[in-house]
Amino acid sequence: MFAYAIQRILYTLPVMLGVSVVCFALVHIAPGDPLISILPPDASSELQERLRILYGFDRSYVEQFFMWLARVLQGDLGTSIASGRSVTLEVSRAVGNTLMLAAVATVLGFTLGCLFGFVAGYFSNSPLDKLASAAAVFGVSVPHYWLGIVLVIVFSVGLGWFPSSGAGPGGSANWRFDYEHALYLVLPAITMAVIPMGIVARTVRALVADILAQEFVIGLRARGLGQFHVFLHVVKNAAPTALAVMGVQMGYLLGGSILIEVVFSWPGTGMLLNTAIFQRDLPLLQGTILVLATFFVVLNLLVDLLQTALDPRIKR
Amino acid sequence: MSYARYSRQRVSMAILAGTTAFVAPAAAVAEESVLRIGMTAGDIPLTHGQPDQGFEGNRFTGIPIYDALTQWDLSQEDEPSTLMPGLATSWEIDPEDDTRWIFELREGVTYHDGSEFTAEDVVWNVEKVLDEDAEHFDASQVGVTASRMPTLRSAEVIDDYTVALYTSEPDSFLPINLTNLFMASPDHWAEKYDETGDSDEAWSEFAADPSGSGPFRVTGFTARERLELQPNDAYWDDARTPTIDRVVMRPMPDANSRTAALLSGEVDWIEAPAPDAMAQMEGQGFVIYSNPQPHVWPWQFSFLDDSPWLDREVRHAANLCVDREELSVLLNGHMGIPQGTVGPDHPWWGDPDFEIRYDPDTARELMEEVGYSSDDPVEVRVQTSASGSGQMQPLVMNEYLQDALAECYFDVELDVIEWNTLFTNWREGADASSANDAHAINVTFATMDPFFAMVRFLSSDAHPPVSNNWGYFTDDEFDDLIAQARTTFDPDERDEALGQLHKRKVEEAPFLWVAHDAGPRAMSPSVGNVVQPQSWFIDIATMTME
Repeated sequence: MFAYAIQRILYTLPVMLGVSVVCFALVHIAPGDPLISILPPDASSELQERLRILYGFDRSYVEQFFMWLARVLQGDLGTSIASGRSVTLEVSRAVGNTLMLAAVATVLGFTLGCLFGFVAGYFSNSPLDKLASAAAVFGVSVPHYWLGIVLVIVFSVGLGWFPSSGAGPGGSANWRFDYEHALYLVLPAITMAVIPMGIVARTVRALVADILAQEFVIGLRARGLGQFHVFLHVVKNAAPTALAVMGVQMGYLLGGSILIEVVFSWPGTGMLLNTAIFQRDLPLLQGTILVLATFFVVLNLLVDLLQTALDPRIKR
Repeated sequence: MSYARYSRQRVSMAILAGTTAFVAPAAAVAEESVLRIGMTAGDIPLTHGQPDQGFEGNRFTGIPIYDALTQWDLSQEDEPSTLMPGLATSWEIDPEDDTRWIFELREGVTYHDGSEFTAEDVVWNVEKVLDEDAEHFDASQVGVTASRMPTLRSAEVIDDYTVALYTSEPDSFLPINLTNLFMASPDHWAEKYDETGDSDEAWSEFAADPSGSGPFRVTGFTARERLELQPNDAYWDDARTPTIDRVVMRPMPDANSRTAALLSGEVDWIEAPAPDAMAQMEGQGFVIYSNPQPHVWPWQFSFLDDSPWLDREVRHAANLCVDREELSVLLNGHMGIPQGTVGPDHPWWGDPDFEIRYDPDTARELMEEVGYSSDDPVEVRVQTSASGSGQMQPLVMNEYLQDALAECYFDVELDVIEWNTLFTNWREGADASSANDAHAINVTFATMDPFFAMVRFLSSDAHPPVSNNWGYFTDDEFDDLIAQARTTFDPDERDEALGQLHKRKVEEAPFLWVAHDAGPRAMSPSVGNVVQPQSWFIDIATMTME
C-alpha cells in the first residue's frame, strides 16, 4: 500500500507541471489587455508602455512563465494587478470560504444522493424508485443558478427565512459557527448540493441494482443473513465507486461554483474567479485556477488511495 | 421567606436580568442608524485614495473618504454638476507662466489620523503617481490617476498653504482633472512604511486602514466583502458632516442578487437594480432615483476611406432616424434623451444648428440625396459588446437601432464581441485588424471632463494608439477650437470656447448619439435627504436614515 501511495504521488508531479503550463497559457491566449483593470480607456500609449514594463508584461511568455513558476514553488502566487493585494492571501481566504460551503454541500449531496440511490435500487421499478429517480433527474438537470435565484425569491424575499447573500452579518472575517451564521449557508449549500445529489443517486441506484442481482447476495441470503447484514455487504461493495464519484463531484464543487457564489455573493473562489475574469486580473486568475486545479488533483489522489484501501483489488 | 417564594423571586430576577441584558443592547442598536449599500462592483473599490472600478470607485471609496483640491457640487439635481472648491479655496494660472497653476489651500483641515493637511501633502500626493524615484511611488495608482490628468507633471510648495502645479503644456482643464487626485495622509503612510519597511506593503496596509480627510473614516475593511465607514466628526465642512452613524458597503455584482438583498431588507440601497424588478420595488414602497448622467451611449463613426459615414448627410440621417422616446420606453424610462454630448442647460452646449431629433422623413430625404434607397441601402457594420460598464443594455439597444435604421435605408450588421476585447479594440483604431472591418464602434463614455467628453475623439493628436479617436476624425478647424479652449484660462471664457467646440461637433455629427444613462438606483424609504445629481457621483454625507 505504501509503495502504491508513493507511486501515485509521483504520478501527480508531471500532472501538476502540465496544470501549471495550462493555467499560465490559458489566460494569455484570451484576447484583451492584461492591464485593462488599472488602465482607463483614455490612457496614453506612453502610459500603457510604462506600466507594461513596470508589471513585467514586456518580457517573453517563456520568461514570464519561469519567473511565475519560481515564485509559485516558494508559495508566492504574485500580487493582484487590480487590488495590489497578495494573491496567496486572497486565494487562501476564498478557498476557506468555498471549502466550508463545498463541505456542507458535499455532506448534503452525498447523504441525500445515497439515500435516494439505495431506495431506488432496493425498490427497483416501484413507485418509490420512480419518485427517487425523478428527484435524481431533477438534480442533474436543473440549472443551479436558476434554482439559486428561485430559492432566494421564495425563502429570502417571500418568506424571509434565510438571508439572500453574504457570509454572515459581519462578513466571513467575523464568521462563527452558530445558528445566526449557519442560516447564511443554507440556501447556497442546498443549491450547490443538488447536482451531486442527482449524480450520486443515479450512480448508487445502478450499483445497488447490479449488486443485488449478483450471486453472492443470493448466497448471503441462502446462508440466512438478515436484510441488515446483506445491506452492509451491498454498501461495502458500492462504496468505492460512490466515493470516487463524490470525489470528482467535490472537485467540481470547489471549482465550478462561480454562478452560485455570484448569485449568493458568497466570498469564495468562484466569486474571486468571476471578479478576476471581469477585471482581467491575470495573476489572480492564474493563482486561483492553479490552486483549484491542485485541489482537484489532490482530491483525486486521496480518493484513489481511499478506494484502494476499501477495495484491495484495485492496486492489483 | 419560603423556599418556593425565594425560588420564584430568583427566577423572576434572572428573567428580568436576562431580558435587560437582551433589551439594553437591542435598544442601543435600534438607536444606531446604519446605511447598507449594495454596489455593482465585484470587489470593494481600492481604498488607498485612488479608487479603481471606474467612477463607482470614486463614488464609494473616493469622495466619502477623501477630499481633492477641487470637487463636484452634488447638491443640485436640476442642473449639471459644476466644479467647486475642495481642499483648495481658489486657483489661478500664473500670469508669467501658462503652464504653472497656483492653488490656495484650505487651512485647519485634518486627516482621520489627526495630522494636518498642508501644501507638502499636495506635492507628496502628486509624487505618489508621477515621481518614480519617490519612496512612496505606487505603480498600481498610476493608471487610474495619470490618465485622468494627462498634462500634470509636478508640484512645488510655495508656502504652507499655497502650492504650484506644473503642466506639460498650457491646459485650462487641469482644475477639472484634479477632482480625481485624492489627498491621502502622508503621515499615516509613513507609519505603515515604518511598520513594514516596504513601499508596496505600506500601501497595502494603508488600503486596509486608510486615512483621508473626507466626511467618513474607514472603521472596518474585509477585502471583497464589506467596507464599514463612520462619520469624521472633525470634518471641515459642517454642511457635509454625516448624521448617519455607520455606512456598510457590500460588493454585489449580480443584479438579481442586489435586487433580492434590497427586497429582503438586507441592504437599504442598491445600484443598478434589475430592470424587470423596478415596478415591484416601487410597488413595495422602495424609491427609484435616476437622473441623466454625464454619459453618452453612442456609435462612434469611422472616417477611413471605405467608411459609409464620410457623407455628413448619412451621419445626420442616422441621428434623425432613431425614436429615442420609444427606446426610452423599452428601457423603462431610465435613460436620458441626448441632444448632443451635453444638453442645452450645460455651459458647453454652444447652441448647434443641427438638431438631434426623430424625423425619419427628413432622414430618408438626406439618404436619397446621397443615392441610397430601400432597394439600395447602405451597409454598415458596428462593433459592440453583450455587456460592460456603462453599456446599459447593449444588445437590446443595438437591435432596436438595427430595426429603426432599416427604415432609413441602413442595413446594419452587428459584430458582438466580449467587453474587455471591445475596450482594447477601442484603443487600436478602425484600421486595426481587431476592428474586423467595422464602420462604427459602440463604447460608452463619461463626459464630466472636456478631454474625455470631446478632445480625445476630435483631436488629430488623439489618433490611435495615443487616445480614443478610433475613427481617425481629422479636421484643422477642430484642432484650432481645442487649442483655443485649452489655452483660455478664464472659466467662463473657457466654457464659451468649449461651447463652440460642442456646437461644431454636433453639426458635424461624428457620432450617433443614442442615450444618456440615467444611473438608476433603488433605496428604502428610510433613506432620507437623497439628492440624485446629474452626475456619476452622489453625496452620501448629507443623507439621513430614519
